[in-house]
Amino acid sequence: MADSWYLAGFIAVAAAATFATRVIPFLFFHRHTEHPLVRHLGRYLPAAVMALLATVYLQRSATWSNTLPGFDALIPAVLVVAIHLWRRNALLSIASGTIVYMAILQLNLIQV
Amino acid sequence: MNQSVFRLTLPILFGYLPLGMAFGVLFTTQLDYPWWAAPVMGILIYAGAGQILAVSLLAAQAGLLEVFIAMFVLNARHLFYGLSLLGQFHGAGWRKAYLIFGLTDETYSLLTSRARSADRHHEQAVDFRITLFNQCYWVMGCALGALLGANVAFDSTGIEFALVALFIVLTIEQYKALGDAFPVIAGAAAAALAILVLPQAHQLIGAIVVVSVVLLVQYLNLRRTPDAEGAGHG
Repeated sequence: MADSWYLAGFIAVAAAATFATRVIPFLFFHRHTEHPLVRHLGRYLPAAVMALLATVYLQRSATWSNTLPGFDALIPAVLVVAIHLWRRNALLSIASGTIVYMAILQLNLIQV
Repeated sequence: MNQSVFRLTLPILFGYLPLGMAFGVLFTTQLDYPWWAAPVMGILIYAGAGQILAVSLLAAQAGLLEVFIAMFVLNARHLFYGLSLLGQFHGAGWRKAYLIFGLTDETYSLLTSRARSADRHHEQAVDFRITLFNQCYWVMGCALGALLGANVAFDSTGIEFALVALFIVLTIEQYKALGDAFPVIAGAAAAALAILVLPQAHQLIGAIVVVSVVLLVQYLNLRRTPDAEGAGHG
């Protein structure tokens, strides 16, 4: 039961945070759309946050104690980059990287 | 009207169904919650990358403050979508709250790129339907994926890499749109620093603080030397 309360609280908080990012401009920003700091952050923050998240979660999905440290995640990550630069199809890039990562883990292709 | 809205949103259907299903499969294979919680999240939260990140936050039993900060920062780009739609949504009445709630990347790109007539009220009604159709596709994808993940037995070890792959793809897309590697390098470096010096539970927030300070310093530097605006700064 405690778990369902956690899930309910989690969904409420996540929904509130997401809605906040969408509604704040309509509530507060309408007088500051031309402020250079707002425009600077609008330009640079999204790319920085994505790179940050990619790095944090890439590090967490890698096994660093292998003889080839981190290769179990770095190989599919490089594959995602290459396929995305080649075809620029988000679903194709995500699917191929995920399948290769699953294969490496499940078939133990990179020996510890 | 519904038919033309359907035709207009068809590309979103093809994007949202599989991505929603990926979220649904992740949700039921990684977590012990009932399958219907996945479409409920699609209805109440309605954020692609946000919900996929939510799966790993739920798996880690993250504190609710961390959940709020992580979701807010991940979706912070939406702050800047609203800025360009202030005029378009003006006077939309009861529809306005839902138009704002449903402002995902894909809906934003449709609403800002489609041809509009001079009839403001009619166009806002069309905007409303586009937003509603898109969310229906997303919720259907979440439900289908969750049912699939709950009922089809397969070894899902490693499926959580979809989150990493998604963030890599979004980073490349952001970089291509921007044409400037500085924020990508700053974000990755801030994350690396946080990984090295902080325990896992605080890495995300730590990296976000560091990169915000870096962007602020960059802003102050650009202000001091206005000639450098637009030039390389790395």
